[in-house]
Amino acid sequence: MRGRARTWRKRSVLPGFGLSLGFTIAYLGLVVLVPLAALVIKSAGLGAAEFWRLATDPRTLAALRLSFGTALVAATINAVFGALIAWVLVRYRFFGRRFLDAVIDLPFALPTAVAGIALTSLYAPNGWVGQFLQPLGLKVAYAPAGIVVALTFVSLPFVVRTVEPVLAEIDRELEEAAATLGASRAQTMFKVIVPALLPALLTGFALALARAVGEYGSVIFIAGNIPYVSEIAPLLIVIRLEEFDYAGATAVAAVMLAIAFVMLFVINLLQAWSRRRFGYGS
Amino acid sequence: MDIVLQNISKAFDDYPAVHDISLAIRSGELIALLGPSGSGKTTLLRLIAGLEFLDRGRILFGDEDASAKSVQERNVGFVFQHYALFKQMNVADNVGFGLRVRPRASRPGRTEIRRRALELLDLVQLSGLEKRFPMQLSGGQRQRVALARALAIEPAVLLLDEPFGALDAKVRKELRRWLRDLHERTGHTTVFVTHDQEEALELADRVVVMNAGRVEQVGTADDIYDAPASPFVHGFIGESSSLPVTLSGGTILVAGRPSGLVGAGAGAARLFFRPGHVDLLRPGERGIAGVVTGSRRLTDRRRLEIAVGGSHSVEIDVPSLPETSGVLETGSEVVFRPREFRLYGESETAPRRAA
Repeated sequence: MRGRARTWRKRSVLPGFGLSLGFTIAYLGLVVLVPLAALVIKSAGLGAAEFWRLATDPRTLAALRLSFGTALVAATINAVFGALIAWVLVRYRFFGRRFLDAVIDLPFALPTAVAGIALTSLYAPNGWVGQFLQPLGLKVAYAPAGIVVALTFVSLPFVVRTVEPVLAEIDRELEEAAATLGASRAQTMFKVIVPALLPALLTGFALALARAVGEYGSVIFIAGNIPYVSEIAPLLIVIRLEEFDYAGATAVAAVMLAIAFVMLFVINLLQAWSRRRFGYGS
Repeated sequence: MDIVLQNISKAFDDYPAVHDISLAIRSGELIALLGPSGSGKTTLLRLIAGLEFLDRGRILFGDEDASAKSVQERNVGFVFQHYALFKQMNVADNVGFGLRVRPRASRPGRTEIRRRALELLDLVQLSGLEKRFPMQLSGGQRQRVALARALAIEPAVLLLDEPFGALDAKVRKELRRWLRDLHERTGHTTVFVTHDQEEALELADRVVVMNAGRVEQVGTADDIYDAPASPFVHGFIGESSSLPVTLSGGTILVAGRPSGLVGAGAGAARLFFRPGHVDLLRPGERGIAGVVTGSRRLTDRRRLEIAVGGSHSVEIDVPSLPETSGVLETGSEVVFRPREFRLYGESETAPRRAA
């Protein structure tokens, strides 16, 4: 490369750009793109009319609506309370903080089926929590609310773990500066801290959402799985497979993939916008 | 506004950061808190701001007791060493922040806030940069934005915590002069913290020299440099050499021998002088005798390291002339006498006699 007038990359002191980029592309291709491409090709073989029929089947639509709806609710809940937990863990030093910190990761480590079964037994009408909700007319287990509970549980760590380091980076002096300028605690919170956290919060939200949309193991235990009511899209895919209806399964999967991709893409754009808007980078 | 500190103390985990300090700051005065790190100067500044709470004592803003007031109520302009700008806001929004968060009743309108922000940016010579974000500014520009932001709330007192500490030497000097001008134009009571004595002496009306949580001396640059009240101040401000001496019958003995210097009192004391305030004498004349142990060329002078009485090392400056360069080599004997010096008792801090 040396001595050539035109090179396609700048010379850099960091070695191995060509090698590591090549590896990155090959790895992403093998692990992510090939399986997804197979899915797309398989569904493309259905033909447009057939695909459209399968994709707009009322049961499929209900399942998709439920899956994305509950995932959005769960990710939103976590965005708020995950940020709060991150705040407590970063800002305060108290007895048991390390223990709490370790507890945050448990939803990562626990087999999701275990989580689902545990939550179901808690929220079932005769469970520890469910018995108090029952008289109030609140049905959690075997209803869409139960799905939200399960999804909230499994996607909690994403928000906490993405917000934590960014929050730790925010200088205390920023809050002190706001206070000397006369800002109340609430004003400091919403005009100074939250905007600074927004990009990280969006990342955490996106990760939690992606995780929640794809969640299967914990949901099937608590949802009750009633078609048109509490049957999530991943479960529908499994049901189609068990019926040897591979075309139907592929169609649902392809639609899920498309919606998830668009959602994550939009969140990415939002993030880029918020970074620019709030003066990061540049 | 006058700021009066009455016997204030503050300890962190039993470590006394500020110990029983009393100080009266006059309205419109520019005061420097100067001291080595850990001397409590930043803590003192934060106590005035209300960012730390007093253990003991009172702080008066004018006639009002501000000790129990919150930061928000004290209405102080605080400038941090690392700027502490809100990086998600552009420059104009940063400057206008203090006005935007006011309660509705006293909050100016949007256009008024903007007008005030632009006016202040003009004052700190940053006109035209109001749409930039802090990340797009240089360190010196950021600190001026921070200052404009602090001035926007029309503070009772302006407090600056090592405001130029994070800037390079050239920018620091420019900003120093500029801050002095700004202070003369706006007349805010201003307290700033620094560990840079040159900065403190050049900028401040009065300098408060601090050490280990206590005030060593308060005075003008002349007072502090020419009449240091304690060995610490003498050693901390400017360059100093010191020797243990004995006072006997009105003369000062160095290493047991008369030095030709006179001083009242008796017993052990410590002699302080500036390396530059020294006359070289001919061998045999009565003065302080020693052996050259090192020699460094400074710009227009030569700095000699001299061992006196075997074990005590002092530094003196001599003119760098061709005829002295050969004579003053390592190992040669010299005799010198300080033109000006100060004596401090070994145990006390007050000077006994000024030359």
